[in-house]
Amino acid sequence: MKYKQYVLVCSGTACESSKSKDLIDALYHEVLAADLGADIQIVKTGCFGFCEKGPIVKVLPEETFYVQVKPDDAAEIVQEHLVKGRPVTRLLYDPQQSKAHAKLEDIDFYQKQVRIVLRNCGVIDPDSIDEYIARDGYVALEKVLFEMTPEGVIDELRKSGLRGRGGAGFPTWRKWEFTRQVASDEKYVMCNADEGDPGAYMDRSTLEGDPHSILEAMMIAGYTCGSCKGIIYIRAEYPLAIERLNRAISQAKEYGLMGEKILGTDFCFDIEIRLGAGAFVCGEETALIASTEGGRGMPIPRPPFPAVKGLWDKPTVINNVETYASIPVILMKGGDWYAKIGTETSKGTKVFALTGKIKNSGLIEVPMGTTLRDIIFGIGGGIKDGKKFKAVQTGGPSGGLIPEQYLDTPIDYENLGKLGSIVGSGGMIVMDEDDCVVDVTKFYLDFSVDESCGKCAPCRIGGKTLLTLLDRVSKGTGTDADIASMKQLSTAMQRASLCGLGQTTPNPVLSIIRHFEDELNAHIKDRHCPAGKCSALVRYEIDEEACIGCTVCARKCPVNCIAGERKQPHVIDQERCVKCGACLEACKFNAVIKS
Amino acid sequence: MGAMTLEELRALRASKRKELSQRDAGEGVTQIIVGMGTCGIAAGAKETFHAIVDELAKQEISNVVVKQTGCMGLCSSEPSVEVLKAGMPGIVYGKVDDAIGRKIVQKHILKDQLVGEYIFDKPAADIMK
Repeated sequence: MKYKQYVLVCSGTACESSKSKDLIDALYHEVLAADLGADIQIVKTGCFGFCEKGPIVKVLPEETFYVQVKPDDAAEIVQEHLVKGRPVTRLLYDPQQSKAHAKLEDIDFYQKQVRIVLRNCGVIDPDSIDEYIARDGYVALEKVLFEMTPEGVIDELRKSGLRGRGGAGFPTWRKWEFTRQVASDEKYVMCNADEGDPGAYMDRSTLEGDPHSILEAMMIAGYTCGSCKGIIYIRAEYPLAIERLNRAISQAKEYGLMGEKILGTDFCFDIEIRLGAGAFVCGEETALIASTEGGRGMPIPRPPFPAVKGLWDKPTVINNVETYASIPVILMKGGDWYAKIGTETSKGTKVFALTGKIKNSGLIEVPMGTTLRDIIFGIGGGIKDGKKFKAVQTGGPSGGLIPEQYLDTPIDYENLGKLGSIVGSGGMIVMDEDDCVVDVTKFYLDFSVDESCGKCAPCRIGGKTLLTLLDRVSKGTGTDADIASMKQLSTAMQRASLCGLGQTTPNPVLSIIRHFEDELNAHIKDRHCPAGKCSALVRYEIDEEACIGCTVCARKCPVNCIAGERKQPHVIDQERCVKCGACLEACKFNAVIKS
Repeated sequence: MGAMTLEELRALRASKRKELSQRDAGEGVTQIIVGMGTCGIAAGAKETFHAIVDELAKQEISNVVVKQTGCMGLCSSEPSVEVLKAGMPGIVYGKVDDAIGRKIVQKHILKDQLVGEYIFDKPAADIMK
């Protein structure tokens, strides 16, 4: 049996609730009535991530995309579209009411994702240099070597407006220009693949899915800056990425795309891999250089910048994985093409790792200027389990929490900075009403304190003190004076810390003082954690009246602190209770009370 | 292949590009592409890959290529599998475990029927086209 057409009906949770089951039944019925049972397969699908417009119906192979389809519409879709071949215009997605979009690619929603960095991820076999080449791989290198001068490359990057994707957002062309201008017999090109923010995995996926794009861009950097040696500093915790990079390097060498006299020119370039030793601070460029040289990963004051005095005291250009992955496309399609994407100050696209309490967690790439709302409620499909959105954390331990009223902010370096957060490397963790901002901030602060290298006092002592103060708040023993001290300490750390780690460690704390004053005050004044996450402020008790003595809670308790005879009311030993909430979840009689 | 000249690189690209466009046009050999980034592998992509290869052998199907690729970004739906078969639209499946992998071979490959409830969408239009 061979079908001519396929009708896909989205049956993700959101669409299920808007009657996609009835719709499927109606479509079946109509298809059978039209005697098309042998030609058309009706299929339930997973979530298309377009939930606010559900239920969604997609007809293949023509890729017609219908939104908000009701069971009553089934007859028209079958009669008009499937029988007569005329799409039902009124059901097509049309945000501006201007023109009807018939095809998936035309729909604005889908254009909310633009994949430049991730262009090959999930498309090619990362272990095949041939597949990379087939998708215009090494075209940019070719163009640079045979048609462009180093000045021309820098000019194209300047036009593109590309800024460093590692977090700080420094214009890439300037970095390259500085390195190029310094006269030296030896220079280095480095790739910072020491991705370490909790919840961030953009660089890992890029390296695993498209290793050649990084190699190509590093060679272009070498040609432009006058270097013939590249080093990729990558976390040892990324074994698959390392394996694929090594394979890609040997393939490129075999093809003569790396090594001596590349493509018959005088340009030579080699890349070697250095494994990180597992310290977060090594993502800071001077610490990364120290670690590469075999020293302890500790930052040093800048200037001199690595562009002047970097690895082995030689001029060194360091870029992040995502920055490099954008470069071949920019040089192929032109800086002007790239500059059309994004906002005035932040051009191009940014990859985010969307995680947390979100329905469709995943790796997404959007133009700069996309709003947080579009990302979270459009692409991400909204909050899991119908809960309420509370905040989104961007920029990892160096960023901050952004509350609901700023969801319509277009994301770029400047806007997120104004909100007290940062774009950072691209972690984006969504929190719902069950998350406590104090608890979450404690987690990030704890991380930064752990990862502080200890070299400078503001970071080493400031971070620890800040954590002690915040811990007091979470235990209900904080005071208003503690908040004032936290603010003062934070300012001092921002001003006096040696490197980015210490300078940004207070950011999560400052962001909750700014955006979540009420919740913070509840912890201080009422000794109450509204989300019920701060364990010192939570108490579980058993209602004697409601408890029937079924013993389920006692059996679920991980520390065996619930006592009571069968069919008699149970009691929780408050001294030993670890406040895990297992009893609350286990009780079927609402006898466990959380206060 | 040894060190290439510019002309050889261009010739290689042209021939590989042709293969790729044939694939996208739904011609040529049927391909089953499994997402094998760390996220996919952690969700069980290796088991899925082996199940598909095993089921193809059991069904005595030899004209299908099973390949790996990186992360497509659909992390909540891993392991993900894309099926490109002549005469059929390209389909991305998500949450493909051992059993669903076998079902894809039995239904999609053998009978040209889509496997319901596991179909997902490609995240974005391809800028390379």
